[in-house]
Amino acid sequence: MSALPQPAVRGVGLSQIFEGRTIYKNVSFEVARGQVYAILGGSGSGKSTLMKQAIGLLRPAAGRIEVLGRDMYGDRGAGEDDDVLREIGVMFQSGALFGSMSLLQNVMLPLEMYTDLPLAGREAVARTKLGLVGLADAADMNPAEVSGGMTKRAAIARALALDPPLLFLDEPSAGLDPITSAGLDRLILELRDTLGATFVVVTHELASILAIADRCLMLDSVAQGMIAEGDPRELRDSSTQPTVRAFFRREAMA
Amino acid sequence: MTAGSNASVLVSERDGFRVLTYAGRLDAVGAGRVWKSTMWAARQRLPLIFDLARVTLCDTAGATMLVFAEEAQGAPARIEGATPEIEAVVMRVRETPRRPVHEAVSRAQTVRQEAMTAYRDVSDVIVYIGEALVALGKLPMRRRMWRGADFWRTADQAGVRAVPLVLLLGVLIGLILAFQSLVPLRRFGADLYAADLVGISLARELGPLLAAVILSGRTGSAFAAEIGTMKVNEELDALATMGLDSMTMLVLPRLVAATLVMPALTIIMELAGLVGMTMVLKGFGFAPVTVWNQIAYWVVAKDVIGGLVKSMVFGAAIALIGCRAGLTTGVGPRAVGISATRAVVGGIVASIVIDGLFALAFYRLNV
Ligand SMILES: Nc1ncnc2c1ncn2[C@@H]1O[C@H](COP(=O)(O)OP(=O)(O)O)[C@@H](O)[C@H]1O
Ligand SMILES: [Mg+2]
Repeated sequence: MSALPQPAVRGVGLSQIFEGRTIYKNVSFEVARGQVYAILGGSGSGKSTLMKQAIGLLRPAAGRIEVLGRDMYGDRGAGEDDDVLREIGVMFQSGALFGSMSLLQNVMLPLEMYTDLPLAGREAVARTKLGLVGLADAADMNPAEVSGGMTKRAAIARALALDPPLLFLDEPSAGLDPITSAGLDRLILELRDTLGATFVVVTHELASILAIADRCLMLDSVAQGMIAEGDPRELRDSSTQPTVRAFFRREAMA
Repeated sequence: MTAGSNASVLVSERDGFRVLTYAGRLDAVGAGRVWKSTMWAARQRLPLIFDLARVTLCDTAGATMLVFAEEAQGAPARIEGATPEIEAVVMRVRETPRRPVHEAVSRAQTVRQEAMTAYRDVSDVIVYIGEALVALGKLPMRRRMWRGADFWRTADQAGVRAVPLVLLLGVLIGLILAFQSLVPLRRFGADLYAADLVGISLARELGPLLAAVILSGRTGSAFAAEIGTMKVNEELDALATMGLDSMTMLVLPRLVAATLVMPALTIIMELAGLVGMTMVLKGFGFAPVTVWNQIAYWVVAKDVIGGLVKSMVFGAAIALIGCRAGLTTGVGPRAVGISATRAVVGGIVASIVIDGLFALAFYRLNV
């Protein structure tokens, strides 16, 4: 790895077109290592799509994206490269837990794939992760048996399984009660501070954005692209873009 | 978690303490390398010291290993040389609630549970059959809930579309049976009696049973999958909240359709079997007319009618079992598959058991 402080994620001029419909174009951003970076925007503005491009699942129509210094869609296809994939943890919007396994087994799966931990070790580590997200008592349940919020938390635990230096979370706190949601914010900051992990978080929770995000970008489906980028507190105080102001003001007054 | 992930542990003893000196990265990969030595050292009963001065990184996986070791040893370990960050991670993991690894369930508990489940299953079946009968009785008052479209679709799917398969299977079975029985009978000069043998076994047993096997495999499983998918999608709950009875709306049309198509399938199967048999006998030099006269003389109406009555009971049993498998579908992605399997196996087993009961009854009644 080079000695230069490389950004964890860098997107340059990214566009996405689905069936002739432009979702966004010319989106550029940089996530510094150790930052919590929030992706904001109304539903359908392309937040999940942008995240899928970043993790190597969806080739952008134009532009390039680098993750941990590797071009995800370059000649060497980092998007299929185990070394890069092992360093990122992903929580999908729907959770995407494997329904045929218990929550515990879901979290143990990456440990089984990538480490030599013995069974007891994998189980102990997986139980710690479930404990971190407050699911110690639900470890042996199946995904179909737990509530939506618990599914999200289990998915986060699975994303955390290998303590990856870079985590992508798609709406982690949507559908969670405020207490759990605040606990999740605390967990993200703790992991960032103790392990230096980088987070890219899709979220709507204003309180959580202001509490944890170092920077953010906002997508908009009318503008078909990025309408703001920067420190969320500065955007709240001084943005002149009407949609950005509406987003921060409405919530702030509520 | 880079490829250069490297961890080692040195175990020594100092002043009655077991000292574990770690170096390198204690992440999930690193912990995997030193897990066994750590646990071995923790079992030695001496109080532990973790020397983490040369550890470059310790994440929650590494911390879990340390906490797991001190739990195995029985007392909190002393931590030396750790950076504040590492210490924070270990403290965090110590505070994190975590169920013990491998919770044992006692044998007696399992047995008791199994017995309870079996008991509940049996009583559920009885209740279910009762409910189906009640629904049938109340049908005139609930005519709005009767799904005629469902009935016709099911009859088409279970009956008309099964005909090609029934024909093929019938002819093949007729051929095989005739051939297999002709050879030994020929030694006694009783070749023609192969026609009676095949005719009677088809009418009394094989026709209804083979039709039942086909219905189980094609239709019973489909009932379970259809209704099971509705259960998984909470469509059954939606019906219930609208005050609609799933027994009347879903089970009855399928029950009636399966019961009514079975005699037709059975007759077709039997005729196809006789055609197959005639082909074999013709090959051995008997004119078809001779064969048919022989059958008409020996196979009497009560054989055929008895078989058809049986087939209707098989059809009802298969439909009820398939629908029940669907209604009792569990949760998760495998649940529907499990229900379909239960429907097929249950349908075939039930048909054969019922067949045995009929044999007993016919014998007693001298039919
Ligand atoms: N695979 C796909 N095929 C076609 N359109 C898609 C696909 N995935 C997403 N879209 C469309 O792209 C837009 C952005 O979707 P998404 O990124 O999921 O939005 P969100 O910001 O709510 O996460 C939506 O209008 C959606 O309909
Ligand atoms: Mg989304």
